[in-house]
Amino acid sequence: MAFAAFSSTKSNGTSKPKKTGRVVIALLAPGLAYLGAFFLTPLIALIMVSLQAQDPYGGIGDYIPAFEINNYFLVITEYFPHMFRSFSYALIATILALLISYPLAYFIGVKARPYPLLQKLMLTLVIAPFFISFLLRTLAWKQIFSNESWIVTTLQDTGLLEADQYVVGTPFMVIFGLTYNFIPFMTLPLYTSLERLDTRYLEAGSDLYASPSKVFRKVTLPLSMPGIISGTLLTFIPIAGDYINASGDFLGSSSTAMLGNVIEANYLQINDYPSASALSVLLMGAILILVAGYVKKSGTEDLL
Amino acid sequence: MRLSLGKLTFPLYALLAFIYLLIPIVYTFAFSFNDSLKTNLIWRGFTFDKWTNVCQREGVCEAFGNSVLIGVVSTVAATALGTMIAIALVRYRFKFRRSINLLLFLPMATPEVVLGAGLASQFFNLGVQKGIGTIIVAHVMFCLSFVVVTVKARVASLDPVLEEAGKDLYANPRQVFWKITFPLLLPGIAAAALLSFALSFDDFIITNFNAGSEMTFPRYVYTAAARGVPAEANVIGSAVFIAAILIVLATQINGERKRRMLLKKH
Repeated sequence: MAFAAFSSTKSNGTSKPKKTGRVVIALLAPGLAYLGAFFLTPLIALIMVSLQAQDPYGGIGDYIPAFEINNYFLVITEYFPHMFRSFSYALIATILALLISYPLAYFIGVKARPYPLLQKLMLTLVIAPFFISFLLRTLAWKQIFSNESWIVTTLQDTGLLEADQYVVGTPFMVIFGLTYNFIPFMTLPLYTSLERLDTRYLEAGSDLYASPSKVFRKVTLPLSMPGIISGTLLTFIPIAGDYINASGDFLGSSSTAMLGNVIEANYLQINDYPSASALSVLLMGAILILVAGYVKKSGTEDLL
Repeated sequence: MRLSLGKLTFPLYALLAFIYLLIPIVYTFAFSFNDSLKTNLIWRGFTFDKWTNVCQREGVCEAFGNSVLIGVVSTVAATALGTMIAIALVRYRFKFRRSINLLLFLPMATPEVVLGAGLASQFFNLGVQKGIGTIIVAHVMFCLSFVVVTVKARVASLDPVLEEAGKDLYANPRQVFWKITFPLLLPGIAAAALLSFALSFDDFIITNFNAGSEMTFPRYVYTAAARGVPAEANVIGSAVFIAAILIVLATQINGERKRRMLLKKH
């Protein structure tokens, strides 16, 4: 893909001043070549590894090039629960992040407009979690909800939790962590969209006797749709592939393992490269379908 | 427009949301002062010792040093490559724009496990030994697109008239770039570099697939998580947090000051 792009700019250069064509190639070539070498070809390598077969004469972790389509059927049957979990956790966490972020983004982007400095300070607070290590902030939640913490003992004392029930290791905790960790990815695009919202449209709506909720449904919501779509995409994708929150050392347990946990364990711990790669290819395929749907709706210029 | 919800609903909601966002940060910071032993699970008393003797704990400072080195090298490379692409995308029209936009978007849309496993397979096929070098290669790859996005916004807001004025005054293209374009782009490039460093410094998933036995700060925390993370890790995390927040606040206050000065002049 990358190399096709260069040759096209070159041929395009004939109709334009020659110098411009050369400058464009010089500007684009190094970066695109880099992505070709370290993003695109690794994806091809991944597909090749996903089709490899166990070396009949080798030990654990020895594979030979092959065309084992069967690898895909095996991982789908074996890891269906993990796929289902990845998808459902990501869906729930994305919806929660949207519900939490929307009023916040609306406040920063619309209500706080007369105070630009306050807007900037609040935006800094939204991205503040990015500045503390992802792993440390996840571990902090683990400690806050640990079995000995006052939150859990209070819940047990009030009877909301059984005496032998805990929070860490449950799907609730994993979804809680996923929602928390990816909220800024939802709030920022929503803010960008709402910040551009022309409030005169809202006034027009209420002048025409629309109730506040109707103004929201018919005016605000449709106008902020680009932010909702890109926020959803930016949140859903990393969550679907995450393996920190669901890991047993962090917020999850073996019963909350997601696709990412399987890929990590199979690739790095038991050296089952083909199954890990097949799962990665399936995950990538699912994401590509999502992205394709998005591109069809909004085009490529808005992607970046 | 007046919503019937009442004036205080939104500010109160925002306050609660910010408390929620800041809880783990405050927790991490507080527990960096914990007079803990090997693990840092229960509060045992206040001390500055962990801040003054961070490097006493084996491995913490080495891992931190590696992360800084990797962050700086990948940031320089990714910022240079990404800025060039951003300028080309905004300033020139050419075929295959759609494919290039898509190629730049895909690394951001690809889950980290897929990027990590893919690169690891590539290095394995090529017989490359994993280490600092492979980590840097991986980081430049995933930072590149974020740099393009950030710088692109700045290039787009640049008035081409300024460059034309330079040309009219007989500056050659190189002079136009270094004397006019580059200084005007600098805030965008700086923002992109900061973002790139933050992404690199905090990356765990892709790094874990391509690190071999090399430690970075997130890998140190991950390995330690199984038996308990020492308070020294909280010190490093808090220090990085404070530095980052100070940098962001300084740029914002500076920007606001400039804006007010401009308003006064007019």
